[in-house]
Amino acid sequence: MTQWSGYFGLILQGALVTIELTLMGSVLALIMAFLAGLGRLSRFFAVRALATAYIEFFRGTSIFVQLFWAYFVLPFIGISLTPLQAGVLALGLNVGAYGAEVVRGAIQSIGREQYEACIAVNLGRWQSMRHVILPQALLVMLPTFGNNAIELLKATAVVSLISLTDLTFQAQVVRSQTGNTMVPFTTILVIYFGLALIISWGVRSLERRMARGLDGVRV
Amino acid sequence: MSAPIIKIDGISKSFGTFKVLDGLSMQVMPREKLALIGPSGSGKTTILRILMTLERIDSGHIQIDGEQLYHMERNGQLLPADERHLARMRQKIGMVFQLFNLFPHKSVIDNVTLAPILTKGMPRAAAEKRAMELLDMVGMADKAKAMPAQLSGGQKQRVAIARALALQPRIMLFDEVTSALDPELVEEVLNVLWRLCSETDMTMLLVTHEMGFAHDFADRVLFFDRGKIVEEGKPDEIFRNPKQERTQGFLKKIIAAGHRV
Repeated sequence: MTQWSGYFGLILQGALVTIELTLMGSVLALIMAFLAGLGRLSRFFAVRALATAYIEFFRGTSIFVQLFWAYFVLPFIGISLTPLQAGVLALGLNVGAYGAEVVRGAIQSIGREQYEACIAVNLGRWQSMRHVILPQALLVMLPTFGNNAIELLKATAVVSLISLTDLTFQAQVVRSQTGNTMVPFTTILVIYFGLALIISWGVRSLERRMARGLDGVRV
Repeated sequence: MSAPIIKIDGISKSFGTFKVLDGLSMQVMPREKLALIGPSGSGKTTILRILMTLERIDSGHIQIDGEQLYHMERNGQLLPADERHLARMRQKIGMVFQLFNLFPHKSVIDNVTLAPILTKGMPRAAAEKRAMELLDMVGMADKAKAMPAQLSGGQKQRVAIARALALQPRIMLFDEVTSALDPELVEEVLNVLWRLCSETDMTMLLVTHEMGFAHDFADRVLFFDRGKIVEEGKPDEIFRNPKQERTQGFLKKIIAAGHRV
């Protein structure tokens, strides 16, 4: 009879690493999404070009290769990252590229009349963006951001390949030590799903709170 | 005789191949109340949008209060205006839109205080006090905390008027401000315009299809067709005794459509 409690402890430790990666990766992804999303809408060609290049490159290459590159290739040019740093970097940049298109699309979905109202009350470009356009666009972005966060959570499994002890890595450890495949992999399946549910609920309640008053029913 | 506050000199504007304004010139005196009437596509709304800097002109010059709107004078040369110049010029002008264009995520009072706080650096308390006075004037003080989505069209438009007034413009532009309203809500907005007209010394330009109101409100009526002023004069002259055939035809159609003159 296998002593499962010890092995579950191992898997829970892995869950903490996965959560940490997801949170840190999401923060970086969010920053990159806004930088590149706003960059795509810049008046300056160089900024637009840079943002477009970033988005196309990170959407167009595999997250596996990006991670390997961050972890195994960067040291050749003198940048050595820990597995966690490499994981956050690859995940954040990858998901941020998708998020940038969400930011751009949401901003462009705000009607022209809102921009014109800003001009009529003499707000500057940045003031209009900050106080009028972004607060409305954020609501449009939220559901897709939720999807992206779940994608990021699932993508964290790739870091097990650079021996970061996340959920997937720990499941493999347990499997090799116990010879049991079903229990560890079923357990992490359920944990991944639970984490994804938490993200869904969180985003939906945030959405409800932000939409308050906008439809004239809830205040 | 004082100088005109708005001086439009030979401006043209095309959207693609459609020439909306064709070498238009006109002047507006300070405190004058002007009604711009004419069929849709005649260019009257475009004039307001150009004055608010929402559209650029293809050629010509506009002076507001003696200063070029779209040009800056530098060392005796006229250069195209930069954003800073436009921002300074916009301080003199306010606009109310057909579809209100309120900020839906902000409460009524925040709609009114946002710009004074951001653009004039007004302290919040002072901005709110002023906003409440304005909301009181348009009869919306009791809805200060409401969100725009909770208001009727007429209420939204009155808030939009208060928002524009909060910046204390010298010129107010009203672009078909009652056209999107249910008939029973038109009156409450016109009453506010009427108060502004009699109680302030702002210059007001009104694009409207409310001929009865235009008649009572305006010092001068301009009839537009195909980007040109076809006829202008005192309301009585234009509405009772139009000289141009096109003006007569337009007014006949408007009356047939049930508008009071």
